[in-house]
Amino acid sequence: MLEFLAMGGYAAYVWTAFGLTFAVLWLNWWSGRRRHLRVKARLARQGQDETLHRGATIKEVNA
Amino acid sequence: MWKFFHQLASPPHFYRLAGLLAPWFLGLSLVGMLVGLYGGLVLAPPDYQQGDAFRIIYVHVPSAYLSLMAYTMMAVASIIGLVWRMKLAHAVAAAAAPIGASFTFLALATGSIWGRPMWGTWWEWGDPRMMTELILLFLYLGYMALRSAIEDRNKADRASAVLAIVGVVNVVLVHYSVEWWSSLHQGQTIMNENARMPTSMLAPLLIMIFAFTLFFGAALLQRLRAEVLEREHSARWVGRMLAEEQANA
Repeated sequence: MLEFLAMGGYAAYVWTAFGLTFAVLWLNWWSGRRRHLRVKARLARQGQDETLHRGATIKEVNA
Repeated sequence: MWKFFHQLASPPHFYRLAGLLAPWFLGLSLVGMLVGLYGGLVLAPPDYQQGDAFRIIYVHVPSAYLSLMAYTMMAVASIIGLVWRMKLAHAVAAAAAPIGASFTFLALATGSIWGRPMWGTWWEWGDPRMMTELILLFLYLGYMALRSAIEDRNKADRASAVLAIVGVVNVVLVHYSVEWWSSLHQGQTIMNENARMPTSMLAPLLIMIFAFTLFFGAALLQRLRAEVLEREHSARWVGRMLAEEQANA
């Protein structure tokens, strides 16, 4: 196991390269997901605002 | 068949399909990566010249391959968007850019880490392979900057599409840079007739390339969902879907 981790003396290079790669991959997935959720939340809020707004104008018309 | 493509191009269908497929792409890519990592780090023997340092190839080559693949896809989608005025194509190009940029960064970074013990240098200014790949990164960043600088989405689509198409020349340069000019970078690994890789080394590499491609697909679908929602924000199906989701929550 220790021999495996040592990577024939290249441990620092090999593990940095692999660690960096999977960190960036994870970041890719995470940021895409976060963006999707944010867009959804923003649109949902806008949708509610519009309904309220429409409701308000109808009340005004009725009054 | 035509009906299928027609439906695929319709935003609500596409949005739903992307949501169904993305987790599968992600799951399969993770399985593939685990298999590829085991093959590449454990089963494959050390290289007779490079020792265990050669194992960096298992993340470097898939990243470099995808940096070029994503750009090509961006350019093709841009052409389709410009010529056939297909909005989904522009969305594909926009969604592919940040992912492609991150793979380009990875190709440069892992290459640099690999170059230090093998060539004795992190970076060599003027090396054709390194310079063209760096230009690729700048093309991605320029594309994204241009897109965010133009407020009108249709104008942003068209202007950035032109940039993406012009920049595809650089993809060709990256690919042939090691053949046309003398470079520190080694030649092709996979289709090289003079130096064939043994199967125990090659198989994990092919598996990793495949798994990274699936991952790219998953990340692209995920970003496309956000992109489609933003573009369709005033469409009826979006309002209905969000209202349904809120009712269920």
